[in-house]
Amino acid sequence: MARTVYTLEFERPLLALEAKISELKQLSSGTSVDFTDEIGKLERKAKKLQAEIFRDLSRWQVVQLARHPNRPYTLDYLSSLFTDFVELEGDRRFAADRAIVSGFARFDGQPVLVIGHQKGRSTKENMLRNFGMPRPEGYRKARRLFDLADRFRRPIITFIDTPGAYPGIGAEERGQAEAIAVNLEVMASLGVPVISVVIGEGGSGGALGLGVANRILMLQYAWYNVISPESCSSILYRDASKAEKSADALKLTARDLSSFGIVDEIVEEAPGGAHRDGALTAQNVAAAVRRQLAELSKLSPEELVRDRYRKFRAMGVYASAG
Amino acid sequence: MAWFQKTATKVKAKAPPVATKGEGLFHKCDACNEVVYKQEWEANFHVCRGCGHHEALPVRRRLEMVLDPNTFEELDTELAPADPLGFSDAKKYKDRVRSTFKNTGLRDAFVSGVGAIDGVKVSIGCFAFEFMGGSMGSVVGEKVTRIFDRAHDLRAPAIVFSSSGGARMQEGIFSLMQMAKTSAALHRFREVRKPYISVMLHPTTGGVAASFAWLGDVVIAEPKALIGFAGPRVIEQTIREKLPEGFQRSEFLLDHGMIDAIVPRPELRQKLSQLVQLLG
Ligand SMILES: [Zn+2]
Repeated sequence: MARTVYTLEFERPLLALEAKISELKQLSSGTSVDFTDEIGKLERKAKKLQAEIFRDLSRWQVVQLARHPNRPYTLDYLSSLFTDFVELEGDRRFAADRAIVSGFARFDGQPVLVIGHQKGRSTKENMLRNFGMPRPEGYRKARRLFDLADRFRRPIITFIDTPGAYPGIGAEERGQAEAIAVNLEVMASLGVPVISVVIGEGGSGGALGLGVANRILMLQYAWYNVISPESCSSILYRDASKAEKSADALKLTARDLSSFGIVDEIVEEAPGGAHRDGALTAQNVAAAVRRQLAELSKLSPEELVRDRYRKFRAMGVYASAG
Repeated sequence: MAWFQKTATKVKAKAPPVATKGEGLFHKCDACNEVVYKQEWEANFHVCRGCGHHEALPVRRRLEMVLDPNTFEELDTELAPADPLGFSDAKKYKDRVRSTFKNTGLRDAFVSGVGAIDGVKVSIGCFAFEFMGGSMGSVVGEKVTRIFDRAHDLRAPAIVFSSSGGARMQEGIFSLMQMAKTSAALHRFREVRKPYISVMLHPTTGGVAASFAWLGDVVIAEPKALIGFAGPRVIEQTIREKLPEGFQRSEFLLDHGMIDAIVPRPELRQKLSQLVQLLG
């Protein structure tokens, strides 16, 4: 699929350098002049520059990477890491919700349930996917499939990538809050391994509705929090443009969440971010999921429920006043 | 309540005390403006006898209202907010917590413990909206979780009154995870086959609505309470339309099958008593 060029401000010097390299390469293939040395030098320079830019990204820059439209989405992971995918769309209540994709597939040959938020890249796709913002139907579809996976003892892998659950009239009428709430409890009850991978945006309850897992993995440049930095700053400063400040205050990166003990494993992205090399990033995701799944597969259904309960029961930091 | 006292004195200087809201002998209804004896209004649990408008009821008063006299034993009082993010905006989170404690006498937005309703022991708790909008951080999440843990151990019904703007921003990811923690604890409680009754008060939105508040075996709301996932302002900004009259109110939710009953406050104790006996 042809991808539109989309450049983040802080990537610009790097991309300029890379453009120069490919120009030289083209030039050298057309003439007898040898640019090999020059190209090699520039390539080393580009590598160094990339390392410098990405060594010390601000949290706001991470948020921008997490939203990069060329970043791999759930369907991309589905096609690169899974075989035999059969999509199942029915919530049996009201409608199909394309902001969540779900179905059974094979991972390393083993049948599993895969559920993830799905964003679109074009306007048309985003209309279909509602920008990855599910309505109650999406959560109810997920819930139905969680039940199937539990009954047929299939491990569950969820991919989290949503700005949040959709705030609309219909969504409220049909019980958006109830739909998410039910998923939290249902997920807590599952007697099969559940692994969640935050691949892009982890926007609040809309993300958590697929996220009550035994293991929470998070891509290096994803974000996950109780509120988006924009919404946070419009509440705190009545000004959405102070999102950069809010991103720092909220501490929403994989590194932050790992230091809090919320995230179990940070999955390294391709150099320069997942959007620069989706295939390499997918390999890293596969390796992490494989490792965690092998661990969890040793546990009985009862142990898996207990493991998940203990994990979330321990979350929270409070003081004891005398 | 420093700001309120200031306003009240100012008003007093200009107008006769009769019209002053919440002062002296009289109370003026927020909805119909009728002026009634404050004592009578308080005896009616802050519900206007003229128009039925329900104004906020202080958290301990509510627990006294539904429980048998002198049976409430408050627990987990030692839990106080920490500041795991080192959060700060115009004000440091730590300072905000300290000044709210000074103004409200509450350590956080939730009061809980055990009590009895017509002799039936219950594990019970109630939000205090006046503490940072009833927002749920680690302390509220832990207290709600302990309500279910305790109900589990005592094999007693659980009752939670919710009134909250949702998860507390200032505790970031920890607040979000309280939704999962409380729901997981609630699930564990289900095995003892005792009822969990959730009562949603005005307003109940966000992460509280989207976790234990909507997971009641029975979900009750007070009249005209605003209840939903997203706040009305967020929805209006998203869809760029005005919301219909009564949207997200208890009556709207009842019509859409999203809650089980609307119970006026003066009947609440009676209804809870019936339910814990019918199901407990
Ligand atoms: Zn009135």
